[in-house]
Amino acid sequence: MIDLMNINPGLWIILAGLICALFPKTDGTHYIRKVFLIAAPIFAGWLIFQMHSVEPEYIRGVLNFGGIELTTLRIDGLSLVWGYLFCLAGLINGIYGLHEKCRITDSSALIYTGAAVAGVLAGDMITLFIFWELTAISSVFLVWKGGEHAYAAGLRYLAIHVFSGVLLLAGAVMVAQSRGGDFTFNFIGLNTPGGWLMMIAMGIKCGFPLLHNWMQDAYPKASITGTVILASFTTKFAIYALARGFEGVDILIWIGAIMTCFPVFFAVVENDLRRVLAYSLNNQLGFMVCGIGIGGALAMNGVVGQVFVHVIFKGLLFMSIGAVMYRTGTAKASELGGLFRSMPFTAVLCLIGAGSIAAFPLLAAFVTKAMILAAALEEHLWVPFAMMLFASAGVMEHSGIKVPHFTFFAHDSGRRVKEAPWNMLVAMSLAGLLCIVLAWPWGGYELLYSLMPFEMEAYKPYTWDHVVFQLQLLFAAIFAFTLLKRFGVYPAERRAEIIDSDWLYRRLGLNVALWTSAMWDRLNFQVNRLTKRSLGQVGQKLYQMFSPAGTMSEAAPSGLPAVLVAGTLLVTLIVIYVLGT
Amino acid sequence: MDLSLYMPEWLVTHGPAFLIVLPLLMAAITAVFPGRKLAWWTTTFVTLILVLSAVALAQFELANGMDVYQMGGWAPPHGISLKIDALSAPVLVLISAMALVTMIYAMPATLAEIEPKKRAPYYAAFLLCIAGLLGMVVTEDAFNVFVFLEVSSISTYVLVALGSSRDRRALVSAYNYLILGSIGATFFVIGIGFLYMETGTLNMADMARILTELNGGSRVSMVAFGFIIVGLGLKLAMFPLHTWLPGAYAYAPTQVTAFLASTATKAALYLLLRFTFFIFSPDFAYVDAVLVFLIFGLGIVGMIFASLQAIFQTDARRMLAYSSVGQVGYMLLGIGIATTASLSAAYLHLINHAVIKGGLFLALGAMWYRFGITRVDDFRGLSKTMPWTMGAFTLCGFSLIGVPFTAGFVSKVALAQSAAAGGYWWAVGFIMVSSILAVIYVGRVLMVAYFRSPPEIDGKPCVKNEAPLRMLVPMWAMALLSIAVGMNIFGASDILVGASERAASLLTGTTFPGTGG
Repeated sequence: MIDLMNINPGLWIILAGLICALFPKTDGTHYIRKVFLIAAPIFAGWLIFQMHSVEPEYIRGVLNFGGIELTTLRIDGLSLVWGYLFCLAGLINGIYGLHEKCRITDSSALIYTGAAVAGVLAGDMITLFIFWELTAISSVFLVWKGGEHAYAAGLRYLAIHVFSGVLLLAGAVMVAQSRGGDFTFNFIGLNTPGGWLMMIAMGIKCGFPLLHNWMQDAYPKASITGTVILASFTTKFAIYALARGFEGVDILIWIGAIMTCFPVFFAVVENDLRRVLAYSLNNQLGFMVCGIGIGGALAMNGVVGQVFVHVIFKGLLFMSIGAVMYRTGTAKASELGGLFRSMPFTAVLCLIGAGSIAAFPLLAAFVTKAMILAAALEEHLWVPFAMMLFASAGVMEHSGIKVPHFTFFAHDSGRRVKEAPWNMLVAMSLAGLLCIVLAWPWGGYELLYSLMPFEMEAYKPYTWDHVVFQLQLLFAAIFAFTLLKRFGVYPAERRAEIIDSDWLYRRLGLNVALWTSAMWDRLNFQVNRLTKRSLGQVGQKLYQMFSPAGTMSEAAPSGLPAVLVAGTLLVTLIVIYVLGT
Repeated sequence: MDLSLYMPEWLVTHGPAFLIVLPLLMAAITAVFPGRKLAWWTTTFVTLILVLSAVALAQFELANGMDVYQMGGWAPPHGISLKIDALSAPVLVLISAMALVTMIYAMPATLAEIEPKKRAPYYAAFLLCIAGLLGMVVTEDAFNVFVFLEVSSISTYVLVALGSSRDRRALVSAYNYLILGSIGATFFVIGIGFLYMETGTLNMADMARILTELNGGSRVSMVAFGFIIVGLGLKLAMFPLHTWLPGAYAYAPTQVTAFLASTATKAALYLLLRFTFFIFSPDFAYVDAVLVFLIFGLGIVGMIFASLQAIFQTDARRMLAYSSVGQVGYMLLGIGIATTASLSAAYLHLINHAVIKGGLFLALGAMWYRFGITRVDDFRGLSKTMPWTMGAFTLCGFSLIGVPFTAGFVSKVALAQSAAAGGYWWAVGFIMVSSILAVIYVGRVLMVAYFRSPPEIDGKPCVKNEAPLRMLVPMWAMALLSIAVGMNIFGASDILVGASERAASLLTGTTFPGTGG
């Protein structure tokens, strides 16, 4: 008997995905797939709610597998937030993708969502690893749906993520060994080499500086819905793992601080708006990593809240740019502009998203980002605080202003298109509504607080000095943008693909690989020739000895064997006399 | 199901003698039967009775311990006694069961292979051969062993020679076998003679007692041991003495090949165990030296050499014959290590190999029956023209290689483990190498059968022509049995492993009571 309450809810979403994948592909069946796409996340979310209401620390599905104890289901304060969040994101993404009739997108989106849900609800490192890899494998199809030019990017994406999974497993085994075979996934720390390996694995998945390239490489190349779905799960899954395993590890403060700053420069000069968003995604993750590094109730709650609202407003931004791309066929800043006339609703919703990411008062990130910054101040981490402050201005610059400005305003590109499809508008409105509700000063942000796992004195974001300070910052950024624009210093939109440190492997690495493979071919050829020649000789010798006509297998007349018998007797007697006495 | 409960009282008391007397008597009667059908029915019926009584006696032995029968009521040291113990009972069951299995197959095969006039004598010779093999195993009198060895050998020469209506080379092979077999038997009887000189008795248990008292005896018993080892080595196709085997297996009637491959060398191996561990003892320095340097060494050399020879054969039956020599090498290796575990593994491999080789040779026989082919090159497309036969061949072939979940895997792993435990780590490497060689020679046949299309006759591809049911049933019985042992279905593996462990502990005298020596 299958007990619903003992099974990881993510598995039901994966199951729905498998059903979709196997469902016959005829006209009309996509409606059934869509039902699954909407219903599965709701069902999983409802299950998580039921489980959580049984007891706050809900541990089930303990399996003993070859001497290793696996805890396949754990719902506590931390994983609960991510569980809800991923189900919510799955639902919004499902609505956003209603118009698409693509079986691969539907099924891989479901499996990917399910794997992410199951992964954050996993209680041990082996289960975590399994879903870690499953998210990579299922999501690469979304990248590949972006078309021909996404193929290579998809391969790079897959290779990097599978590699990160391998690191995770290796680290997990080492960590478990140092703990005497305990695979439970709790605080890990950097005391063991396994801990370092695991942190690097998570770092790859959440885009630590210099490990981040896959993100800006693959996300902009995926299909429209693909990008939206991709941006929701993978990196946040990694943030969850970091929050669980490396809370308060000092090095993360600096990694996170650098992570917030450096994408700003790339984002400012980038032309492809989805790539801009990918950089800004990277920079948002920096805030979370920094918060995890700071540790403590305030920072961690800030991180949890930031993750929650981040998925919503980042999704909203990707969705609005996706909607534009759906109608116009491009997301290049140089080819867009003036679209607010044709797509007014999308423009408004995009502005809400942009305001949220820039942390305008009354909009989502205002509360949560402030918590992380306040925690940094409390710990007297002045330099990281300053870096994050700079990054906040930068976010305002590229995501808050640049994205909506070049898309909907700026110079008119002359495009006159229809408003976004109704389902996209519904999805975006849902996200936009949440952005406002979750930061509403009169009872809204307390909703978010109620989800936060750590006990703390309620942080009050809407104080006069905080609001004024934030507005000063934001208007300074707007002022700078205007000034730069006015004097023509602001980098103009150009058609170019920016390659940052991924030059190392996309140009240099490629050439090295090509050269090596050419040399390898030559070497192989020579080695082959040699082995063929020598093996051929050995084979011939063997054949001459053992073939039916060979010296060792000839059908001999009975004389020779008789001599052999005598010889064997002689040998036997010698053995008996010499060795046996 | 315990058959011994359903057997009449006299069978249990006189059973050991019955096993020999019945086929001997029936052979004489069958020889003068006019029709082949009557001869076949009689022989099959006799083998069926033999199987039932052998199983019943084995179960009786399992329940009540060893069963010693005194011929004519004369007590052992002076009279002749027959004995069924943990070592001989499984071999008795094996011999009689393989006789029955090949007899079911024989009906259509004999029709195609043996001239009508010779069919009744053929079955008579077959019965004689069975009687000889059963007698060798069951008797406790050393000279009697020689007599039964000759009974089985001489009837085997006849059986091999009867293959001449199919392939004239059978005559030369039979002649070769006759000469070498006689040399072997002579060596053996010389050894028995020396042993009699030393101990003054022919009863095995008595010999063992006296030899132990003499602490191995003088040089006479050493010479005796040497002669016996070489004589038996010839019979069991120990590596350099195996030259008679490929010819005899390749050109004999197909039923005879299947029967011989799975019983004759096995009975000789049984005798080797009986003499080395029972009459002589590894405690004697010279026996130990022979085990370590000769049996073990030749076992390994044979494993590699014969497998190499098998790879290059063009005739599939010769290939399997050489493979048999290689597999005997495995068993010799287990015997040479001489620990309880290794003996048990060797004994298990003995039984498993009999089943596997029996199935393989039956499948080859069916292929000859339908298409007249024996060469590997002619196997092309057999997976399409004879799918069921080829299926049985494939399963048995996998088992021969030692693929997991087959009988061959079980015994090879047991052998490798016991070799490692006995301190012969490097021997495990040889077992692996030899298994890889087996992959090559079996794989070669399978490649041809599965990946090449059937030959064309008059521009049309050869049509499906499956073997008759009476051939398919026995070969599939063997194939499924090997799988059953590999996966322990119906406890098949437990039964065999248990029997081998009992036999091995009897040989080393470790745990099982009533060792008799």
